[in-house]
Amino acid sequence: MSSEPTAAAPAAPTVVKGGSWRERVQQLMALAGLLLIFLVFSVASPQIFPGYSNVTTILFSTTVVGLLALAATLVIISSGIDLSVGTAMTLSAVMSATFIVNWHLPVWLGIIATILFGGLIGLINGFNVAILGLPPFIATLAMMLVAQGLALVISNARPIYFDTTEHAGYIWLSTGSIIPGTRFPNAVLVLALAAVVAFVLLNKTLLGRYDISIGSNEEATALSGINTKKWLMIIYAVAGLFVGLAAIMISARLGSAQPATGAGYELQAIAAVVIGGTSLSGGKGTIVGTVIGALIIAVINNGLQILSVRQEWQNVILGLVILVVVYIDQARAKRAATT
Amino acid sequence: MTSVEATPSVGSHDPGLLLQVEGVDKSFPGVKALEGMRFDLRKGEVLGLVGENGAGKSTLMKLLTGIYSREAGEFWLQGRPLVVHNPKEAQEAGLSIIHQELNLVSHLSVAENIWLGREPVSGGFFTRPGEQVRRTRDLLARLGMALDPKAVVSSLSVAQQQMVEIAKALSFEATKVLIMDEPTAALNDAEVDQLHELIRRFITPETGVVYISHRMAELKRIADRITVIRDGHYIDTMPMADTSMDQVIAKMVGRAINTAARPENVRTDRPVTLSVTGLSTKTLLNDVSFELYRGEVLGFAGLMGAGRTEVARALVGADPITAGHITLNGTPVTISSPAHAASLGIGYLSEDRKRLGLMLQLPVSHNIAISSLSGRFSRSLFVNDKAVKATAEESRKLLSIKTPSVNQLVKYLSGGNQQKTIIARWLVKDCDILIFDEPTRGIDVGAKEEIYQLLNKLAEQGKSIIMISSELPEILRMSHRVIVMADGHITGTLPAQDATQETIMRLATHRDATTATTTITEEAGH
Repeated sequence: MSSEPTAAAPAAPTVVKGGSWRERVQQLMALAGLLLIFLVFSVASPQIFPGYSNVTTILFSTTVVGLLALAATLVIISSGIDLSVGTAMTLSAVMSATFIVNWHLPVWLGIIATILFGGLIGLINGFNVAILGLPPFIATLAMMLVAQGLALVISNARPIYFDTTEHAGYIWLSTGSIIPGTRFPNAVLVLALAAVVAFVLLNKTLLGRYDISIGSNEEATALSGINTKKWLMIIYAVAGLFVGLAAIMISARLGSAQPATGAGYELQAIAAVVIGGTSLSGGKGTIVGTVIGALIIAVINNGLQILSVRQEWQNVILGLVILVVVYIDQARAKRAATT
Repeated sequence: MTSVEATPSVGSHDPGLLLQVEGVDKSFPGVKALEGMRFDLRKGEVLGLVGENGAGKSTLMKLLTGIYSREAGEFWLQGRPLVVHNPKEAQEAGLSIIHQELNLVSHLSVAENIWLGREPVSGGFFTRPGEQVRRTRDLLARLGMALDPKAVVSSLSVAQQQMVEIAKALSFEATKVLIMDEPTAALNDAEVDQLHELIRRFITPETGVVYISHRMAELKRIADRITVIRDGHYIDTMPMADTSMDQVIAKMVGRAINTAARPENVRTDRPVTLSVTGLSTKTLLNDVSFELYRGEVLGFAGLMGAGRTEVARALVGADPITAGHITLNGTPVTISSPAHAASLGIGYLSEDRKRLGLMLQLPVSHNIAISSLSGRFSRSLFVNDKAVKATAEESRKLLSIKTPSVNQLVKYLSGGNQQKTIIARWLVKDCDILIFDEPTRGIDVGAKEEIYQLLNKLAEQGKSIIMISSELPEILRMSHRVIVMADGHITGTLPAQDATQETIMRLATHRDATTATTTITEEAGH
């Protein structure tokens, strides 16, 4: 037991460039994978797939899963999991429509209220995990069901439609284009902006530092004098803010809040995080990886659609991609550990 | 001291003995755990086996049950060579061990635990619960144990669970030798009596018990002979009847100690920084009171499970307390969490660096900065990475942490350098009170010396240090004063000039706190 440090001592002088190097390789692999998949589809469908309009479509379809994946990344790095992001998004979208359509709040106020509502759901998750000590899987599974049910209750199980003229600004947020003459959807810019915010949060702020530290060793972090409970709540709440933003983007895109949808998004989001190289055991992960992961999923779905592969097969292929990617990552980690 | 007459030379063996261990060596990388270890158990006797923390008792037990394999030496059971590869084979050969940590499946019943892996079955697959319960009832009746075979183990008291372990060991028809490792650690006096009664009942002219314990009073009552081991070596075997406790202790600790490096005694005019009164916890600590002076190294000595780590954890708010007052620099405080303790300038360095101290997957710089991120290294939530790196770099030079870079992941550092990294963490945080729990565990000799000098320097600079250690030489070398604990109590406080291996060990092996304290007061009065 006490022998290990002695045995490890001679190894110390060799420079082992740690996490950053490995993470970079992981990201390069993910990026290479993305380009490879893109290339394959481009060869299979040279007319349609690589065109500007299809690439825009791919990016546009990345938005919602991408935003949810950013939320999931923050939580997963703390060695937690958030299964509620999909239906919490649906409930937030229903709330957004309730605020703006039913209560006639100004659009900007409705947007702020919706994002904060998403944050509230996250805060409740955080409370259940950090203060009540529930396993994240259970706490967010329960929230997933609660949010799904509440979305149906509040909307009477019917979609709530935005008025295309009165709430044009709301819909413009997703489908409009702030860059004149390009028809490049705003949603993609929102995702890009959100990714930058998430990147800064994770890499430049206390939140990110404590997130990684908690994920690496929660007890040691607490004994180092960090109020880990407080920070876990903040992490889940901030993740909730991203979910609230996703709710706005999806309801703006559809022009309505669809209370019966949402379930299944959480798995796509988690898949994107995992493909992007974030460890489900916590303590390491990157925003860039997650964005690449979300893009890979979008590219696969889009490419298979263009090749007229049946929807059912898309999930099969996505599942296999996850298996292969995570297997390769772990095999590499094991090799790194033994050499 | 009368050494036992039968001292066979290595290699020879006496078929009349029940269990004989000869010339056993075992080493782990960097550590010689056992060297030429031997002992023998006669038929029909209880042999007490004593030794300090780390003397090699656990290693010896693990060798006997085949968990470890020996490098040299031989075992004989009833005159036949004993070669086993796992505990089950050992049990079938007639050797059963009851470990300090009980090995029961807490959700299963008494009967299910006793017959686990040997369940009566019909048709080779279907269990026969009725038959199992009947066999258990017979067994318990034979042993005189009042236990319900169907009771779920988790609902039983520790003493009852221990009985289940014993019943399980004795359910093997072949069992001739029973080895018990600290069997009374969690028992009250009545339960100890009950256990001793069971042992006497088990002893026949054909059986024997090896009773490992720190408790001299108990050994006096139950053991026929006592074998002392120290630092992996056999020391002596004595008949219990004409051996005093002091003689045993002298043999347990009798190694030369360099007292030259001992610190100056603490000056009494120094202010009290921390005062603890009546600290108690639900499970172990009972009325723990002490004072810590500025610039002092206060050693906490005691055997495993005495409650030293628990004091530290309760003090920094890591575990809840049921009673007690803490005064910091004259102001009463209630410490709610380690975060709160850290903000008050109290840092705890855990005995378990890997599990409770380090973020192993993260760089040295993060591990140094973590406690000071909010405040010193951040402005409105944004972390100043340059300052983190620069400070980590300073610490690396100051404490001479051997790492190619502060960006290195801390898991690649040696134990000593990992410990220095954690020390750096609390120095950067500028804590005034540092609680070191086993500061040199798993650290090689050279690095140990560096850590000692560092502690001395910190104390000179006015930091107040609590040093919990299981190594007596370390306690004696470093401490200005020594507090000794046993069973969750403080059994004595010794100034450096009165602290010797013998005085500490005597206090540490006392079962009853009150008598021990009186003993020392009397001695101090003389």
